[in-house]
Amino acid sequence: MIALFTPSPTDPERLVPPSGITAQLTAFAAGAMAFLAVFALALMFATNRVADRWSAELAQTATIRVSAPAPQMAEQVQSVLTILGQTPGVASARAMGDDEQRALLAPWFGPDLPVEVLPIPRLIEVVEDSTGIDAEGLRLRLRAEVPGAVLDDHGRWRRPLIEAAERLRTLGVLSIALIALTMAAMVTLAASASLSANGKVIAVLRLVGARDSYVIRAFVRRFMLRALAGASVGTVFAMAAIAVFPDSGRDTGFLTGLGFRGLEWFVPLLIPPVAAMVAFWATRIAAARKLREIR
Amino acid sequence: MIELSGVGYSYGDSRLFGDITLSLAPGAFHFLTGPSGAGKTTLLKLCYLELAPDEGQIDIFGKDAAALNRDDIAKARQRIGVVHQDCQFIDHMPLAENIMLPLRVAGRDHAAEQNNLRDLMAWVGLGDKADALPPELSGGERQRAALARAVIMSPDVILADEPTGNVDWDMSLRLLTLLVELNRMGKSVLLATHDLALIRQAKAQVPARVLRLRDRVLQQAGSDL
Ligand SMILES: Nc1ncnc2c1ncn2[C@@H]1O[C@H](COP(=O)(O)OP(=O)(O)OP(=O)(O)O)[C@@H](O)[C@H]1O
Ligand SMILES: [Mg+2]
Repeated sequence: MIALFTPSPTDPERLVPPSGITAQLTAFAAGAMAFLAVFALALMFATNRVADRWSAELAQTATIRVSAPAPQMAEQVQSVLTILGQTPGVASARAMGDDEQRALLAPWFGPDLPVEVLPIPRLIEVVEDSTGIDAEGLRLRLRAEVPGAVLDDHGRWRRPLIEAAERLRTLGVLSIALIALTMAAMVTLAASASLSANGKVIAVLRLVGARDSYVIRAFVRRFMLRALAGASVGTVFAMAAIAVFPDSGRDTGFLTGLGFRGLEWFVPLLIPPVAAMVAFWATRIAAARKLREIR
Repeated sequence: MIELSGVGYSYGDSRLFGDITLSLAPGAFHFLTGPSGAGKTTLLKLCYLELAPDEGQIDIFGKDAAALNRDDIAKARQRIGVVHQDCQFIDHMPLAENIMLPLRVAGRDHAAEQNNLRDLMAWVGLGDKADALPPELSGGERQRAALARAVIMSPDVILADEPTGNVDWDMSLRLLTLLVELNRMGKSVLLATHDLALIRQAKAQVPARVLRLRDRVLQQAGSDL
């Protein structure tokens, strides 16, 4: 591999005529594929971050709404708190005070809402520990013992989002694999075309005593360098595009989180060498196949 | 050097020749004649392993050719200089580089052989064509370049397929002299040609044998030559 970068006096590379359009197309394809690969990587990192953040928050809080006629309210709230005290995974639970509830409702009803006299439910804030609560089990127990209490599990709407994020990550991995395979296919096509166009060169080389490895080197090196050059340009452009992508801070939505943070910026730098490796093997295999036709 | 025993070859169903026995000893000078289409070129291709025989055995430098892998074949060819009948070159490379190709391919330092190259090109009358591209040359010039390429490595065996087909008599003699000189240095030469005058000229200089390929068999030619 290293020897491919160090020209020697017996260097086979110039034996293959420069093939303008194939060369440019190979470089262009490698560039375009690298560009897409950078975005697929950014997408993967972004979904990772979102999934992590959401799962962390998911484990934290839930709310229980208790609706009951005013005289029984205090008693029911107390039963709920007792049940919560026995539930594994609950770090703490407390009933919200009137002031807190008024503050929560203020945006809808104004600040002077007489919470005390209205038949509005009382809210109990549950803070979970790291193991989390068994929401279904708790819900069943509440239904049996305190019919007026309803568990509002925030995770209920977040869980599918986390699943979606995980699926997006899988899609990202799949995209990168497809991009690598597509590049291998394109390099194989370009190398095969070049090998066919240069059948005579190969025949002459074999006639004067060239080993297969020598003939293969004549082709492999140029395709590898082209893929490397194209992929480098594509990677740089894509990274620049992502660097100027609007990022409105840590906790905003998913779309604005697209990008790399910290050490993640080094990962796309692997794309050009990987592209060169893909080109190296694709050309080698195509050349070995072509050589089987020539003795 | 190269030994054929009981060799037969067919292109598809049409059998070209069978039971050919030929021994190219070190220092031997053989001519190969025969009517057009008799299979001279095919026989030479068998000798440098471009074709594999349908029957019989070919030994090359003491080894059974059938047992050689592709790298072994490449190595054997580095000891054989070949003048192909339709002179194949790498068309985008200058003539001098084409002639140096066997050295380059063998990993030999061709900078050290520049003098050798210049003398050789001058001898075959291509002294001023070093930078020309092969397609820019005449048929005869290409043949001379092919011969120069075949001998640049100082190979043990020289297989030449009508190397004088397109050149005038004086140049034919110069090329023959080159081959005779190499033969005197101990190289084996197998030369396919239709040119009877050239054969007579050679027999005056070296103890050359003349083989005739006709009616599917290889025979030593009679005293009419
Ligand atoms: N690749 C091939 N496929 C099928 N037939 C072939 C092939 N090459 C040669 N032949 C046939 O084999 C026969 C011998 O060809 P070859 O080139 O060996 O003859 P030759 O003696 O060298 O003739 P010439 O003196 O004209 O060069 C010819 O009839 C030719 O048509
Ligand atoms: Mg012939």
